[in-house]
Amino acid sequence: MDEEIIISGRMNPKIDPTLGIWGWEIPLYLFLGGLAAGILFFAALYTILGREKELPTAVRKATFIVPAILVIGLFALFLDLKNKLYFWQLYTTIRLESPMSWGAWVLMLVTPLSIVWCVAYWRDLVPNWKFKVEWLEFVEKQVNKYRKPLAWVMIVSSVILGIYTGILLSAFNARPLWNTSILGPLFLVSGLSTGAAVIMWMSKDHLERTLFSKIDLILIGIEIFFIIHLFMGFLASNAAQIEAAQLFLGGAYTLLFWGGVVVLGLLVPAILEILELRGKRIPVALPAFLILLGGMIFRFIMVDAGQLSKYLY
Amino acid sequence: MRYAMVIDTKKCVGCSDCVVACQNENRVPIGYCRDWVIEHAKGTFPNVSIELRSERCNHCENSPCVRCCPTGASHYEDGGLVKVTRQECIGCGACVQSCPYDARYSHPDGFVDKCTFCHHRLQEGKLPSCVSVCPTECMYFGDLDDKESKVYQLLQNRNWKVLAPEVGTKPHVYYLI
Repeated sequence: MDEEIIISGRMNPKIDPTLGIWGWEIPLYLFLGGLAAGILFFAALYTILGREKELPTAVRKATFIVPAILVIGLFALFLDLKNKLYFWQLYTTIRLESPMSWGAWVLMLVTPLSIVWCVAYWRDLVPNWKFKVEWLEFVEKQVNKYRKPLAWVMIVSSVILGIYTGILLSAFNARPLWNTSILGPLFLVSGLSTGAAVIMWMSKDHLERTLFSKIDLILIGIEIFFIIHLFMGFLASNAAQIEAAQLFLGGAYTLLFWGGVVVLGLLVPAILEILELRGKRIPVALPAFLILLGGMIFRFIMVDAGQLSKYLY
Repeated sequence: MRYAMVIDTKKCVGCSDCVVACQNENRVPIGYCRDWVIEHAKGTFPNVSIELRSERCNHCENSPCVRCCPTGASHYEDGGLVKVTRQECIGCGACVQSCPYDARYSHPDGFVDKCTFCHHRLQEGKLPSCVSVCPTECMYFGDLDDKESKVYQLLQNRNWKVLAPEVGTKPHVYYLI
């Protein structure tokens, strides 16, 4: 027997009996942030490579949903705060040691950037549009003039945004399930793959779809490699991390993780995409939806399970 | 100056006076607590042992909560105390996640709260309220940099441990075993 009982009756809400300080808001944001980062990454990448004409969805159309995604994500983050009216305190200081401070500042950069990016492509959506406000036209002109340097800023900031969603969790050494440096790259790749899935879903062009189908396949491959790496790392680590990994290896989250994330969110869409590349007719919505669903489940169970994992003393 | 608390697990009877004293002194909202008592039972009958520990914020030297706070609300004070400035806290919950001892909680008034080693009492030259009420006198508080202090002496002469040293937090609450 090795048992710990709190005899003084500590029952701090959201701390006891298990930690639950972060509910649905944070994982939803992590998903939306990764998705936005993915879409912006490909838009910037193909602008830098000079393929705007061939890939209209990736560079233009898909980016129109990014500001909306980010605003919903930011609102979720706002809801998570216990002292909501003080949120601006995030922007009175820069704390390099705090991942959340990084995240707040990166969002401050990426959100306006994504809006500006769309404003300059607005005429694609509504031809012959006339901006009512003069300065918007000025913004449009400037963005179109400096599109390439802007794309460079966007590609770097989107990678930071994507990797940050993982680092936010991995920087907590008190939660053994999160405290692994592979989580940043894993969340980044997962974010990129959800971004590619959305572009693939929205695209009407065969060439573009095939390209993003292939990109998604590669990303799924990397994700599976990272997941294997994640568990190898856990099982070769200390007692707390071995214990934490059990949550996914026989514990409460086993079915959701291996069934929901790995099989339904990675393997099935990969098989569907391979079949499609071989000429079978597969509705594109199916693999794209599964990738998005898998990405979402992954964020939710990582945040949930991480709060159950702890050091025993 | 390095404040430290030393708690003798051999003398503690688990009466929870420290918990009640703290709740009263610091006006902790009903249903919450900044300190608590753990009964750690080990072994099978007849070879069983029980350890009683009064636990609280460890005022770590390498505090993950101070590191991860995005606004700087969690900070170090003189003597290595870790405190939260209420007006700067936005209640994001990062510090609650970062604490391996689950010593922080979200105050209903919208900020994160925890043990302060009764900083307001220290400034008046008094002991933390939990230490001052302990009926078995199993709790000691003092300055580790002062070689004459009781806490320094106890750590020199007795076997002790800190909680979860492997997390690298360098806690300042010591348990005599």
